Amino acid sequence: MNLSRREQVTGRVLLIALIVVTLLPFVSMLSAALQPRGSVPDGLAWPSDPQWGNFADAFTAANMGALLRSSLLIVAGVVPVSVLIATMAGFGLGQLRVPGGRLVFGLLLLGLTLPFEAVVTPLYYQMQDLGLLNTRWAIILPLIGLYMPFAVFWMRAHFTNVPVELSEAARVDGSSTWQLFWRVQVPLARPAIASLTILMFLWTWNQFLLAIVLVDDASKRTMAGALGAFQGQWGTDLVLLCAGSLLILTPTLIVFLIFQRQFIKALIQGSVKG
Amino acid sequence: MLPALVMYAVFVLRPLVLTLQYSLYDWNGIGVARWVGLDNYLTVFTDSDLLKIIGNAVVLIVFFSFIPVALGLLVASMVRRITTGAFGTVVRTILFLPQVIPLVAAGIAWSWLLSSNGLVNQVLRAVGLGGVTRAWLGDFDTALPAVGVIGAWVLLGLCTILLVTGMSKIDPGLYEAARLDGAGPVREFFAVTLPSLRQEIGVCLTVTIIAALASFDIVYISTSGGPGLQTTVPGLEIYRLAFSQRQVGLASALAVVLMLLVLACVLPIQRLTRGEKP
Repeated sequence: MNLSRREQVTGRVLLIALIVVTLLPFVSMLSAALQPRGSVPDGLAWPSDPQWGNFADAFTAANMGALLRSSLLIVAGVVPVSVLIATMAGFGLGQLRVPGGRLVFGLLLLGLTLPFEAVVTPLYYQMQDLGLLNTRWAIILPLIGLYMPFAVFWMRAHFTNVPVELSEAARVDGSSTWQLFWRVQVPLARPAIASLTILMFLWTWNQFLLAIVLVDDASKRTMAGALGAFQGQWGTDLVLLCAGSLLILTPTLIVFLIFQRQFIKALIQGSVKG
Repeated sequence: MLPALVMYAVFVLRPLVLTLQYSLYDWNGIGVARWVGLDNYLTVFTDSDLLKIIGNAVVLIVFFSFIPVALGLLVASMVRRITTGAFGTVVRTILFLPQVIPLVAAGIAWSWLLSSNGLVNQVLRAVGLGGVTRAWLGDFDTALPAVGVIGAWVLLGLCTILLVTGMSKIDPGLYEAARLDGAGPVREFFAVTLPSLRQEIGVCLTVTIIAALASFDIVYISTSGGPGLQTTVPGLEIYRLAFSQRQVGLASALAVVLMLLVLACVLPIQRLTRGEKP
C-alpha cells in the first residue's frame, strides 16, 4: 500500500493523539489518588509526596475482599450455565435444525436489541414474588435469560457453518446425539465458546442496572454496582474516590492485559455479529 | 435448546409481556392497579418533561454515535491499517480500555476531569481560555454535551478499531485504480472507502445508537439527570418513575416507547448496510 509520507505521519499523529485522550482520565485519576487525604487536588499534578497508602485506605473502605468474592460468585453463577445452555441451543438450531427452530430463533431475535430498562421493573416484582430480592440470585437468573439472545445467536452462527456431513459421519459410526455433541461438536466449537465466555464475563462483571435495582447491599453486587455505591458513599472525598475506583478497576485490567488478544478478538466479533 | 428457551421465557419474555400489561394500568407497585387503557402512552407523548427526556436521548446519539463514527472514519482512512507488530498491539490494547472498564468507572473518571478543578479546566486555563472554565456537568447549558463527551470517549476506540479492521480488508488495488483515475484523497474517500466500509459503519452505528438511547450508567453516576432535567434520559426516568415515584404504569409505557425507538433506529440501519453491496 503506497501511502504518501505525509499521510503516514498524519495518521501516526492522529493515532497518538487518540491514545493520549484515552489514557488521560486514568492518569488524572491516579494523580488525584496520590494526593494527601483531604486536600483539593488539581486536574493533573504529580504529588511531591505520593500517598500510596491511600490505596490501602480505599481497600478497607471499599471492602474489596468481599466485593471480589461477590463478583466472582455472580460470574460463576452466570457464565458457565449461560455458555452451556447457549451452546446446546445453538447446536439444536444450527446443526440438528429441530422443528420449530425458526420460531424460537425469531423470538430470540426480538430480544437482541432489547434495552435492559424495558424489563427491569417487572423483574423487580418477579424477584420479590420469588423471595430472591437482595440475593445474588436476583442478578444471576435474569442475566442468564437476558444473555440468551446474543449467546444463542452467536453459537448458532458457529454451528451453522459446521458441515452437516460431519454429524452424519459420526452418526454412521453409531454415536448418539449426546455423544456427537460432546465428543465432536464441542471440541470444534472451542474458539467460539472461548470468545463467548470472555464477553459474558465482562458484561456480568460490569453490569450496573440490575445490580442497583435488585440488590440493596453493595457487598452482594457486581463490581460495577459496588463502584456505584462506593461513589455514593465517598463522593465528596475525591482522593479516596479516585483511589477506590482505580482499585476496583484493577482486577478487570489485569485479566484484560493477560487475555488482551482474545478479548479484542471477542469484542470485535461480538459487535460485528451483534 | 429447551433450557435456554426456558430461561429466556421466564426472565425476558414474561417480564416483557408484563411491561406491556403494566403500561395499561395506573399502579403504585403495592395497591390495586386501575385500568387506564392508553392514557400512560398519551402522557408520554404529551408531557413536556417526558418529551424533553426522550429528546435528550436523541441528542446523545450525536455524541455517542455520529462523533465516534466520524472521527473513527477519519483516523481509519489516515491510518489504513494498524501494524501487527508491538506498536499495533499497544495501540489496540489502549484503544480498547474504555470498552473493558465498567461505564460507572468512566462516569467517575470524567466527573472528576470535568469538575471545576479538573483537568479540562486546567488545560483551558493553561491555554488562556480561563474565561470559559466552569463545572461542565453542573452547568445548565453544557451538562448534556458534557455527558455526550463521556460517551464519545467510551465508544471512540471501539469504532476506530472496527473501522480500521474493515479498512485493512479493502483491496489495495481499488485505491491504486482510483489514483490512476486521478482521484484526490477526498474523492477516494467517497468512492472507495465509504462504500467498502458500509457493513462496518452499520455495525458501529447500531452499537452506538443503542448505547445512546439506552444509556443509564454514565448519566446516573455523573449527573443523576441534573441540573434540572437537562441530562435525564429515558433509562434513568424509567428507574426513577418505577422505584422512587411509584408510577409503575407510566414507567412501563416509557419503557415500551424506548424499546420501539431503539428498533425504529436500528432496523433501517441493518436493512441498509446488510444488503448486498452496490
